[in-house]
Amino acid sequence: MQENTEKNCCTEKVIDFVKNLEKVYKQEKDNLISMLEEIQEKYGYIPKEAQIELSEYLGIPMAEIYGVITFYSRFTLEPKGKHTISVCFGTACFVKGSKKIMDRLTDRLKIEPGKTTDDGLFSIDETRCVGACGLAPVFTVNGEVYGKATVQKLDQVLDELLKEESN
Amino acid sequence: MEEKMVNLTIDGQKISVPSGTTILNAAKEAGIDIPTLCFLKDINEVGDCRMCIVEVEGRKGFATSCIQTVEEGMVVHTHTPNVLEARHVILDLIISNHAKDCLTCTRSGNCELQDLAIKFNVLNIEFEGEKSKHKIDDLSPSIVRDFNKCILCRRCVAACKNVQGIGAIDCINRGFESCISTTYDKSLNDVNCTFCGQCIEACPTGALHEKETINDVWIKLKDPDTVVLVQTAPAVRVALGEEFGMPIGTNVKGKMITALKRLGFDKVFDTNTGADFTIMEEANEFVERFKNHDNLPMITSCSPGWVKYIEMNYPELLPHLSSCKSPHQMFGAILKTYYAEKENIDPSKIYVVSVMPCIAKKFERQRPEMKENGLYDVDNVITTRELARMIKQANIEFTKLEDSNFDSPMGEATGAGAIFGTTGGVMEAALRTAQDILTGEDLPKIDFEQVRGGEGIKRATISIAGKPIKVVAASGLKNAKTILEEIKSGKSNYQFVEIMACPGGCIMGGGQPIKSSKIRREVDVRKLRADALYDIDEKSTIRKSHENPIVKKIYAEYLEAPGSYRAEKLLHTKYTPREKYKNI
Amino acid sequence: MITLQELHKIREEKRKELDLRVNTKADTREKHILVCHGTGCTSSKSPQILENFRKILKEKNINNVRVIMTGCFGLCAKGPIVIIRPEDTFYAMVTPEDCEEIIQTHIIEGKRVERLLCKDIDGKIVNSLDELNFYKKQKRIALKNCGVINPENIDEYIAFNGYEALERVLREYTQDEVIDIIKKSGLRGRGGAGFPTGKKWELTKLAEGKQKYVVCNADEGDPGAFMDRSILEGDPHSVLEAMAIAGYAIGADKGFIYVRAEYPIAVHRLKIAIEQARNYGILGKNIFGTGFNFDIEIRLGAGAFVCGEETALLESIEGKRGQPRVKPPYPAQSGLWGKPTLINNVETYANIAQIILKGAEWYSSIGTETSKGTKVFALGGNVNNIGLVEVPMGTTLREIVYDIGGGIPNGRDFKAAQTGGPSGGCIPKEHLDTPIDYESLKEIGSMMGSGGLIIMDDTKCMVSLAKFYLEFTVSESCGKCTPCRIGTKRMLEILEKLCNGEGEEFDIYKLEKLAVNIQKSSICGLGQSAPNPVISTLKYFREEFRQHAIQKECKALECKAMSKITIDPEKCKGCGLCQKHCPVQAIEGEAREKRTINQDKCIKCGTCLTSCPFHAIGN
Repeated sequence: MQENTEKNCCTEKVIDFVKNLEKVYKQEKDNLISMLEEIQEKYGYIPKEAQIELSEYLGIPMAEIYGVITFYSRFTLEPKGKHTISVCFGTACFVKGSKKIMDRLTDRLKIEPGKTTDDGLFSIDETRCVGACGLAPVFTVNGEVYGKATVQKLDQVLDELLKEESN
Repeated sequence: MEEKMVNLTIDGQKISVPSGTTILNAAKEAGIDIPTLCFLKDINEVGDCRMCIVEVEGRKGFATSCIQTVEEGMVVHTHTPNVLEARHVILDLIISNHAKDCLTCTRSGNCELQDLAIKFNVLNIEFEGEKSKHKIDDLSPSIVRDFNKCILCRRCVAACKNVQGIGAIDCINRGFESCISTTYDKSLNDVNCTFCGQCIEACPTGALHEKETINDVWIKLKDPDTVVLVQTAPAVRVALGEEFGMPIGTNVKGKMITALKRLGFDKVFDTNTGADFTIMEEANEFVERFKNHDNLPMITSCSPGWVKYIEMNYPELLPHLSSCKSPHQMFGAILKTYYAEKENIDPSKIYVVSVMPCIAKKFERQRPEMKENGLYDVDNVITTRELARMIKQANIEFTKLEDSNFDSPMGEATGAGAIFGTTGGVMEAALRTAQDILTGEDLPKIDFEQVRGGEGIKRATISIAGKPIKVVAASGLKNAKTILEEIKSGKSNYQFVEIMACPGGCIMGGGQPIKSSKIRREVDVRKLRADALYDIDEKSTIRKSHENPIVKKIYAEYLEAPGSYRAEKLLHTKYTPREKYKNI
Repeated sequence: MITLQELHKIREEKRKELDLRVNTKADTREKHILVCHGTGCTSSKSPQILENFRKILKEKNINNVRVIMTGCFGLCAKGPIVIIRPEDTFYAMVTPEDCEEIIQTHIIEGKRVERLLCKDIDGKIVNSLDELNFYKKQKRIALKNCGVINPENIDEYIAFNGYEALERVLREYTQDEVIDIIKKSGLRGRGGAGFPTGKKWELTKLAEGKQKYVVCNADEGDPGAFMDRSILEGDPHSVLEAMAIAGYAIGADKGFIYVRAEYPIAVHRLKIAIEQARNYGILGKNIFGTGFNFDIEIRLGAGAFVCGEETALLESIEGKRGQPRVKPPYPAQSGLWGKPTLINNVETYANIAQIILKGAEWYSSIGTETSKGTKVFALGGNVNNIGLVEVPMGTTLREIVYDIGGGIPNGRDFKAAQTGGPSGGCIPKEHLDTPIDYESLKEIGSMMGSGGLIIMDDTKCMVSLAKFYLEFTVSESCGKCTPCRIGTKRMLEILEKLCNGEGEEFDIYKLEKLAVNIQKSSICGLGQSAPNPVISTLKYFREEFRQHAIQKECKALECKAMSKITIDPEKCKGCGLCQKHCPVQAIEGEAREKRTINQDKCIKCGTCLTSCPFHAIGN
């Protein structure tokens, strides 16, 4: 959950966190993904320090860990922005026009999906089906679902967030 | 247990092969050559590229012949129109995402992709499209990665991760974005790469190659003020001929020397002599440490990839490493001191070139420890492949050359120096000298069969002067790790350990002629090259390093004795713990 | 740990207590307010609704009414859904603010809250669940407990015969007898390919090896499919029970559920379910005192569609990149860590306990000749009743779309249905009456797939649809084998060209050549089926491809680069609605005058098309 993530934390804290995970997870290679999940959940991305520690603990080379992280789309290497806006690209949402929502979003924030704005405020993502097909098209802001979305609705939400931030 | 035989039909031929045989190998038995690309025997058997697909009656999709095994009654077709079209499409797709600058590619003429394109008569690319774009990594002193030429066969990854146990590179990203890279896409210079170069040997295309430095050699050769000396490692002479179409394992020492002279080198010397010095120092070091139970086991240090490995991965075991420099470094140091003095040449005017089967030597030569009075022991290291290129550039018809001998006064080397090029060779050479030192006799038993052969780890107990000495020779870094873990855990009681970074030793080094997957499938390249070295040893008149007259002479005139102050200064070095990952 | 007697007692007592859930005539003064807690309803505030109900009941000191969270009721488009039992009143699109009124009017005054009652497509007000057309043709086996029980309470599962099948299997049947029942039932894998489940169990049982594993594939990745998620959210114990039965049958003591991390609710409920089952001794050592050991671990998928492919899934459980292995050997011979491994998907497992309890004959009496039982579909796209449906095999597409789905909205025409997601194909109008089973779908160039069923109306461009699926495949291809890694990318590039009006007729030939060769030479199911959406759209809508390639025309107006939206001055009445809706102010004209579109400004979003009441805007 986004609220709980700690961003830009210091190296020691990250290593401590991984060392605590080591108490739960055995020194077996198949625990790599589960441990990465926990780190991603905690920090919103996988810090380098965590990878080095994992590499030592599990005996997996850094390149392989990097390969695993870059394979799975849930794992990210950079901290996410303060607000993550995701547009669902499940078929139901696609058929109902999620592309228009995404086009508007990329237009307004001037970043591509998967990227974060320079001021660190917004990240945007294309997600796979979030399961709210009945409400298609759907976008989420920090995990909260906005169903039956329109460009106008998106604008409204975005304007509110921007206003909130400028205060 | 009796081997169960399986009957099958391939392209109409009925054959019978042992169960567990792959379709690819069964086809070979039937005289049918199925094309492969990602397949590399014993190293990469994954079926990724899909070139080896064949039709099996009754199966929906194609079978992957390089890994799928035969079944009783199987009917295989290896070149139906469907198979041919699919292979053609696959090849087309691979080439559509490949930098097609073959004219300027170091692997042109020895490229498995190019061979297939010729074989399949690929005249135009039907499915052109977006190409992956990658920066070329040429920051390391040893390896250049140009992944615009990579075809994602992953042979390099398998060699690095599975064979060597390093994993400096791996497949990253997904789908069309997949590529082979290091962590955070860093230069090999900044990660846990040992520069063993096994990835280069595995690469079917020009995506991985050595950092070529022959231009510098050409420039020095043209410079009248520079005395350009060249030395050649033992493994080079049994492989260089391959680059000129000669059979694997041909000893081309004489032609090689002639060629080097024609290229314009002022003197051509033999690194084997350097190896004899190494043995003098190392055998003495061993005897001392053995007597004093000082940091045993002693581990050899002449393989620079191995040295980098232990510095990065087991710094706590560094005291076990022999302090001896590797043969070409020792020899370089002697050339710039003793030889320069003797020949009355200003050492700063000497340019020492080492021709090596190794690319880690390119890294080793520029280590700050390898300097004396501000001068590097060795000024340039080129590989066997680079030497072949120079010979070709100079329009020398190599196969027609007369034989020559190494130049005096440094030219004489022993059989012990020759076998340095293969796994177990350094151990054997050292034991020959050590046993004579320990017994004070000239012992006739000099063949140590226990440490010969291609196994990755060879353990033996050898009795010298009535004392059992437990030794082990390991080649390949994954095997090295096994031995180091044994030492670390205290479970071993070895006294002497030989380690070479490359599986099989220097003859299989990262700078040696690259053999295609097909050749590696059909012949044991290591054995042929190793046999040639043992043949040189056997035919040598002098087979113990301490009996080499030039070695004796230089000790008498200059170095005094092994381990003397001067020998320490010139021939020994030290090691430093090294970070695996820098600036990531 | 509880004893068998205790288990039986729980079942008996709970069953009585919960009778009102399934019996509208239940003799009780109690009422249960069921609030859907599937992902859809949860995201539209159903947890708050549940809380409000409880708060209000407490305030008003009403003690004979319980509020219960349940899994998905299926009709997601009408969410959040609240059902009051035993009378079975169905309230749709409830908001947290409505709770007060429901309690007051329904519970206290005993009347229905008319405005919240669900309306069917024909406008008829629906009083109870089974009056809805949506449910009439459905048959619930896999979804039996979804929307009936509280998925976070094992006792409620036990009440409705939960873990009875496991008990029976462990105490009365041999391994072979279990396998035999499954074989005779005719159950086939619900993950897509439809391999006979009993056969798979048998192969895994016969495979040599001491250590074997049972895996549940819950990496439901088809965009627009959420059957498995709904089962895990609504009835997680049914999967655990089936895995334990499978473990017994094949000789495994360890199971893994590989579930998408994108399904946090499902993961949460699975964790609770496993914990509860362990506490009762239903998972763990010496289950029911029979000496059989079985435990289950959850592994999270980290966002890679390819991990739904069984061998990629195994790689991922092993902590690696999810890159498929070449088959054979199949997982039954060499699976997790090289050990024989049984892999079935969630829906397949959800049928097992029912088959054991009611018998193979009962199950095989449902469905068609080759495809037995029911199939759950996630119905979506341009259809009125979006949601989850479970129908007997052999139901026609027409029945699903029109009877259950309530037809196409906005008076549009049906153009095609897409089954099997990115691995499947589309079914055109002329095949609406095909009875759905594994074979018939394959015959018409589609596939069952895991159950995504997307309906498209006549405003959809089939070239764009093919492009959409290829985009998906390209971004989800693992990159291991050449045909899928580069080939699908090339197909996508060609489709992009076509959609941008830059294509040529020859491109269609190239697409087909690539499609055939990728199908045949890729390593895994993802690559082998990646071309399917293209092949099937080409099969039925070739003319559309030709229009794109030759005339550079997209009649559906989806391909923006080629489309030019204009207003027919004949039909325009000057109402100005289009102008009002246009997001970029591209529509010009004064009030009550005919409008025109400024093509330089127009972004071809199509908003005006749908806003015009006179159908004056078109291509």
